[in-house]
Amino acid sequence: MVAIAHDDDTAVVIIGSGAGGGTLAHELTRRGIKVVLIEAGRRQSIQSFTQVPGDAFAQVTWLDPRTQSGSWTVAQDFPTLPSWTAKTVGGTTVHWTAATPRLRPWEVSSRSTYGAIEGTSLSDWPISYEELKAYYQLAERRLVVTRRNGNPGMPASNNFKVMYAGARKLGYKAVHTNYMAINTRPADGRNFCIQQGFCVQGCKTGAKWSTLYTEIPRAEATGNLDLRIECMATRIEHGANGRVNAVVYRDAQGKEQRQKARLVCVACNSVESARLLLMSESSKFPRGLANSSDQVGRNYCHHVGAFVWGFFDKPVYGWRGATLAGIIEDEEVNEPKRGFVGGYHLELIMLDLPSLPLAGLPYGWGRDWAWSLENYRNMSGIFVVGEDMSRADNRITLDPKVKDRFGLPVAHIHVDDHPNDTAMRKHAQDQAEKLFDGLGARRVVRSRATPATHNMGSVRMSADPAKGVVNAHGQSHDIPNLFVSDGSQFPTPGSANPTLTIVSLALRQAQYIEKQMSARDI
Amino acid sequence: MDRRDFLRTSGILTGLLAAGSPLALLAPSRAWAVDLKKLTSAEGATLMAVARTIAPHDRLEDAAYALVARSADADAAGDAATLALLRGGCQQLGSGFATAAEPVRVQALKAIESGAFFQTMRVKTLGTLYSSPIAYAYFGYEGEAFSKGGYLFRGFNDLRWLPDVPLEASGPVPGKS
Repeated sequence: MVAIAHDDDTAVVIIGSGAGGGTLAHELTRRGIKVVLIEAGRRQSIQSFTQVPGDAFAQVTWLDPRTQSGSWTVAQDFPTLPSWTAKTVGGTTVHWTAATPRLRPWEVSSRSTYGAIEGTSLSDWPISYEELKAYYQLAERRLVVTRRNGNPGMPASNNFKVMYAGARKLGYKAVHTNYMAINTRPADGRNFCIQQGFCVQGCKTGAKWSTLYTEIPRAEATGNLDLRIECMATRIEHGANGRVNAVVYRDAQGKEQRQKARLVCVACNSVESARLLLMSESSKFPRGLANSSDQVGRNYCHHVGAFVWGFFDKPVYGWRGATLAGIIEDEEVNEPKRGFVGGYHLELIMLDLPSLPLAGLPYGWGRDWAWSLENYRNMSGIFVVGEDMSRADNRITLDPKVKDRFGLPVAHIHVDDHPNDTAMRKHAQDQAEKLFDGLGARRVVRSRATPATHNMGSVRMSADPAKGVVNAHGQSHDIPNLFVSDGSQFPTPGSANPTLTIVSLALRQAQYIEKQMSARDI
Repeated sequence: MDRRDFLRTSGILTGLLAAGSPLALLAPSRAWAVDLKKLTSAEGATLMAVARTIAPHDRLEDAAYALVARSADADAAGDAATLALLRGGCQQLGSGFATAAEPVRVQALKAIESGAFFQTMRVKTLGTLYSSPIAYAYFGYEGEAFSKGGYLFRGFNDLRWLPDVPLEASGPVPGKS
């Protein structure tokens, strides 16, 4: 690791060390580019990770306040946790469950495929699927994804045995242990999975890919990375020429610091990326930095997410084993005759105690509600992950009243469910219920919508500068040396767990940035 | 009331683990005691009964519910508004609540369900009760796995009441072929 001077204006400053920022930091530093990587969280390790569920949650979760509104049930059920993201070195790649399906070709041209749907702001991606596919292949090698490139699949857990048997009975064909960025044998300097369960915790063998284990240490080894932890970016500054030139942040002691920059890349996870741009408003950019399109914060997507729990007479011990190692792909099709456009996956899931009663079961209390917990041993779980509709007014704004510990406005999340989302959630939960019923489940319990772990779309890409914030390379239309490097770039979310796509875009963006820097375009 | 409790303004909750309890093997003694910093013994007993009404598990030890009261008490010790909220809630439920039959307790809580006291106690109960080692033992959750080598050779795939998954839909178990 190298110390880069605060007034060194030749460095690239990346904000956020997760799937996008961590990958980009590695890709730039290995090309000889100096990078200051600013991360709000602390640095954990396989030694420091805890497997006590409540402690593990507190260890890596972003707990700074956020506010919310809208018709989505998350606003009632999880008033303080609309979005479940991470604040730690490695970002959400520390708490992710490592499922890495790809988007489908039609999902990057949703507007053309679905047509004009009232109440949506659908937009085709400015990248062709063929081009994206080339980067998927690179990313899948980087992450050592199972069932790709000749890698074996993950072994079947008890929980997956239930999913598989029920799915086959229901007639589903594409059912397997998922595409997982979890080693099944030692690879790339990381150990293999010993089925510890609850992958939302930091992985204590390093079998689960994270920028914490690979990209960041490798970036450090180049001698070109200055990682600054417990540093919270509060503002991106620009010069009279309209180009960004510095990032202001609070260090671990709460003291304000300013790092000069040749180039700034924002990768704070959609909610905070939009918030940072909005907080960086100036007389030149009165609506927020890079926001001449008025699209910063808009089109926020979070996936149609929900749980369905099946309870059986016999034990499942669903906590044993990799959490998301199971998928049904058959419903990931666009068949409007189901009553909605777009598709969804059914993925394997189990929650810890106390997350199950707090977030996995519908609101309730008393004897009937507690029955589910009494049968914790005998339950199996399915997690719905589907494409939600992009909507201009589903957006991140700055809360006019609530401030964080630095006195800065917190992010306000507004989401109204589109009728398409509601119809898809019902269809998916109906299918999951049929799956469990087919195996003779004693009871099936459905959750309502879950806090967003997949946050996308709030700083969308577009070919037309009037319709989006960044171009096909994540480069701001307004400010050529400002980039967005996380899932907030997605024009629409598709139905794939977003990390693989975020990594793929970061690999692509790094090539573009290197070329532009060499050509002195930026 | 014993002398110790008489001299204090705050309370103490005590009890005995059931003779056959798996916890009796883990605990140094079958007797348990929880010191309260701010709440009285009567208030502690009311909060335990609130927790048991919210999350009734007949064979789950009182000791688990006492942890909820202890955690609520710790919050009250750190925050005057929380103390007032909890104290007011207990007062409203009345001294008979802790020993009332379950249907009576359920009715009493339904009447105050939308209020801050109940909602606070509901989240407190769920977050505390279900994360205690006592609860883990009761519900069967086997807890921390890394030090025991994960579940790879401790039953992650030991389910036998459904057919095994073909290899093409899964993958080999490490160490076995």
